[in-house]
Amino acid sequence: MDAKNPWRSRRTSDALFFLVMGGISATFILLIVLLLVADVMFTSPSEFYRALAKPEIRAALQLTLFSCTVAAILSVWVGTPLGYLLSRYSFRGRWVIDTLVDIPIVLPPLVLGLSLLILFHQPIAGWQLESALRDGLGFPVTYRWPAVVLAQFSVACAFSVRTMRVTFDQMNPRAEEVARTLGCTRGQAFWRIALPQASRGIVTAFTIAWARALGEFGPIMVFAGTTRMRTEVLSTSVFLELSIGNLDAAVAVSLLMVMLAVVVLVVLRVLGTGLNS
Amino acid sequence: MIELKGVTVKSGSFVLPNISFQILSGEYAVLMGTSGRGKTTLLESICGLRRVAEGQVLIHGRDVTRWSPADREIGYVPQDLALFPKLSVLEHLEFALRLRKLSREVVTERTRELSEVLGIGHLLSRSIAGLSGGEAQRVALGRALSFRPSVLLLDEPLSALDESTRYEMHELLRRVKQTTGVTTLHVTHSVSEAESLADRCFWLAADGIQERPLSQIC
Repeated sequence: MDAKNPWRSRRTSDALFFLVMGGISATFILLIVLLLVADVMFTSPSEFYRALAKPEIRAALQLTLFSCTVAAILSVWVGTPLGYLLSRYSFRGRWVIDTLVDIPIVLPPLVLGLSLLILFHQPIAGWQLESALRDGLGFPVTYRWPAVVLAQFSVACAFSVRTMRVTFDQMNPRAEEVARTLGCTRGQAFWRIALPQASRGIVTAFTIAWARALGEFGPIMVFAGTTRMRTEVLSTSVFLELSIGNLDAAVAVSLLMVMLAVVVLVVLRVLGTGLNS
Repeated sequence: MIELKGVTVKSGSFVLPNISFQILSGEYAVLMGTSGRGKTTLLESICGLRRVAEGQVLIHGRDVTRWSPADREIGYVPQDLALFPKLSVLEHLEFALRLRKLSREVVTERTRELSEVLGIGHLLSRSIAGLSGGEAQRVALGRALSFRPSVLLLDEPLSALDESTRYEMHELLRRVKQTTGVTTLHVTHSVSEAESLADRCFWLAADGIQERPLSQIC
């Protein structure tokens, strides 16, 4: 330590602090930027447009936009009440539910897909979920678009629950309690006080669920298959194009997914999620 | 009238044992005691936000121990005020009235009357963000009084205010007491608040609750 000039010593120490912290942080940022730059350099605009012009890729894009949006809406729909219950109430077995919610996050994707497949086709006392849905409601699931949505939802919802739980944890429950003394039922306190305060969290949960659904691949491949023009989403397009040796198209679709993710993140941040503040 | 008969409240390892007292209709009582004795817990038990393990809570002679907070018709101002972040000042005053599905005219008349008494008429369209401490207190008080409760519970409502605002609020609380006749239990650490407002004073200690003459609390 420079005893003669402690001011300079502190300034040097601060500079070192930012250098070390910034240097470590920069490795990750640099990795992401380099990955994107490598993808951009690998392909060309003409290759990109050629890939986009393929009817299979267009169909995959449409199904991706549709399935991700439905999965994200369902995830928020389920994640909001579940996150609220986990945040606000202590009840016996809460830790079990808390752990179960995280299982789709830690489960290997292929195992999740396989589990969905087994769930729908496992005969239970002569009854089978897939047959019941197909014959009873005329709504078969496996190897069709609902399987894509369900596979995406299974993982995205876990993230949505986590996000909503943190949102409600950060909100003072006191306002809901006061609302109850003013005449609200628990339901009214939730709808009128808690939910409006959670609006930013809901947008964040939707964003995370949508982005998570966009990146889903393993469970979709196992549970919905990779049938072109039927159950193909952009993540499976990358796999299909790679499997037939069409690296250019695979990279072009990858870039399209990056662009989609960026657009969704930016739009939702502009809508006021506050993620960037 | 607020009456507690042998009320015991348990929260983890904390126990508030065997509390009994009675505050008659229209009286203004203060509850004092060192921190951590359970004054807030006691208020929460009276308004139904905390479960009573043993004993009875009676409001105007009716046993409300197992009633939901919504059915007790008790106005409550918590220490942190807990204003609703997404509602305007006017919406705070209207909140309980709208829940009771009162007509537009009745709601308008009541909010006008309240804002006049509380001196917040000029704030009605404002959101609660940016209200001063005194203004926020008035809004919380207005919200609690809006549905004309017969009992009002105040948890250290003036502790965060500066000296001059506190005296204004003393004046306001005295006016509320005179105009509404609401039975009030007011938690405070301030002797001057007790002297200025109270008809009766209770002291919560480790061995229970005792009533003390106002002349002995200084």
